[in-house]
Amino acid sequence: MNGGLRQSMAWLHTWTGLPVGWVLFFVFLTGTLGYFDSEIDRWMRPETPLALPAPSQIDGLAMGLARLERVAPRASRWTVFPPSGHDVPNVTISWSGPGGASGRASEALDPRTGTPFEARATGGGQTLYQLHYTLYYLPRPAARWLIGVCSMLMLVAIVSGVITHKKFFTDFFTFRPGQGQRSWLDIHNVLSVTALPFHLVLTYSGLVFFVFTYMSPVLDTAYGRDQRDRFFDEAFRSPQIPQPSRVAAPPAPLDSMYETAERHWGEAPLRVVSVYNPGDRNARVVFTRNHVDAVSNGGRMVFDGATGALLERYDRRSGPMAVNDALLALHEGLFAGPVLRWLYFLSGLLGTAMIGTGLVLWTAKRKARTAAAGPLTPAIRVVERLNVGTIVGLPIGIAAYFWANRLLPVGMADRAAWEVHVLFLVWLAMLAWPWLRPARRAWTDQLGLAAVAYCALPVLNAATTDQHLAASIPAGAWEVAGFDLVALAAGLGFAAAAVYLYRRAPEPAGVREPAADARDDASALGAPGVPYPEDAAG
Amino acid sequence: MARRSTSTGRRVLSRALAAVAGGYAAANAVAVGLAQILPMSRGDAVMTGILLTYLVYAAAVVWVFAARSARRAWLGILLTTAAFGSLALLGRTGVS
Repeated sequence: MNGGLRQSMAWLHTWTGLPVGWVLFFVFLTGTLGYFDSEIDRWMRPETPLALPAPSQIDGLAMGLARLERVAPRASRWTVFPPSGHDVPNVTISWSGPGGASGRASEALDPRTGTPFEARATGGGQTLYQLHYTLYYLPRPAARWLIGVCSMLMLVAIVSGVITHKKFFTDFFTFRPGQGQRSWLDIHNVLSVTALPFHLVLTYSGLVFFVFTYMSPVLDTAYGRDQRDRFFDEAFRSPQIPQPSRVAAPPAPLDSMYETAERHWGEAPLRVVSVYNPGDRNARVVFTRNHVDAVSNGGRMVFDGATGALLERYDRRSGPMAVNDALLALHEGLFAGPVLRWLYFLSGLLGTAMIGTGLVLWTAKRKARTAAAGPLTPAIRVVERLNVGTIVGLPIGIAAYFWANRLLPVGMADRAAWEVHVLFLVWLAMLAWPWLRPARRAWTDQLGLAAVAYCALPVLNAATTDQHLAASIPAGAWEVAGFDLVALAAGLGFAAAAVYLYRRAPEPAGVREPAADARDDASALGAPGVPYPEDAAG
Repeated sequence: MARRSTSTGRRVLSRALAAVAGGYAAANAVAVGLAQILPMSRGDAVMTGILLTYLVYAAAVVWVFAARSARRAWLGILLTTAAFGSLALLGRTGVS
């Protein structure tokens, strides 16, 4: 391949990745935790008993509707999520519209009583994973655009990284440990190549979530600015819901509708059931299909809520819609069973580590370059400080989120919001820390702190609840035990890193001059002072 | 090492502009153009086009920084945008 191309792609890779690397690290890490959002939810609500009955979908549906009848009889829309697998283990209901509560409300139901769970106020795993696109403090449009720009740069960084990295397969088995910059490059390459399809699909599909926002000129041009809704009607075939007739009619029994769904879609067929105009003669019951694999999204049945007649059904959308659905399904991974879920989680960690090692590589390379020339440039110092405060500091912030869940007073006002504030305050402190300590010290300090923060989580759990490992493992409550065990594993990982770094020589001094083989690693370009290769190419 | 000159800076800036703004325009133009010519329902055609925008955008950015000169980079972007943009215009004026 032509050297000029690889040089310019190396430059592009560096300068698209670095400026947004820390945001991307945050997005990848919090998003990855989302693959275990239910387990995190469960751990953060220790009032839930270890063993709960698991109602069938039809029983869950009946329970949800009974509850809605009581709390929101005059709402214009009811929604029931019956238990449908990993991410909806219990019945969840919500309602909206005129006669309901103001705006929209939702409840998670205790399968023993059919009433809301009694639990502390917590953001749980949901708020934690939603951070990766809401950014919590930003208004929604600002967060969307910021994430969009970062994701687009990520996509370009991936593509240019692949073009730069020519020796795809030989390099995969190359590891040169203890050589500073070169070792970081090897690790970065392995992490990137191993899960390359995952990184690509997750980045691309992440962008697809908000494609109608980011690429709105397409809709405005093809449909006209005032007719965008027509696109959504044509593309997504939203069910046609009539206005309420204001004539009451007893609801048709759900059993036969459910049987229809089971006949076409198989066991546990439902993801969501929506009832529009409940109790009215114009009631509509809309079934949305459960996530069974990546391409079964979007199946839908519409019933007449008063007569029970099936009005409309489709199982799969047309080609491009199916691609859209599949991309979103692949991103969320809701269809994944336990093994695939772990694979998702580990791939997400690889992606996070890919970004982290890329950021470290940037400083390692430049330190090697300037070691002989004297003190580090301010840019290198700033990047290194941000690296410490994010790569280790953010995990500490997340640990603090879990600590806050156990330690904040249960009756505290805005408790769930304060859990998130604690996360960001601690992260902020971690970002400030490296400005007060030499960089290498800051790394070991924070790695040590992270080790303690995570290793002690199971202990904290044991001290504050009766759902510690000695109880959860015998009860077979692996979703609870799993949290403690993963926290322990993370803590031990941080401890190992801290010890390794502490034992190593103060600074990898005397790194060799960028010799011929370093030039071969084309990403050695883009160092400060190295201009965009246009000049070199003449 | 000290060869970084203002003219290099300007040319990099020019490329960055071609990549960010030009790439965005090209991606949208390709999507709208495709939506006009693809033999499928309008909803499907628009969906196909819009799903491809990021691919086009990323390719455009790579093209801009891989091109031999900033001038060629701009030329590629403008030609693509113009070509697909005119497809879209033809469709809107009812020629298609």
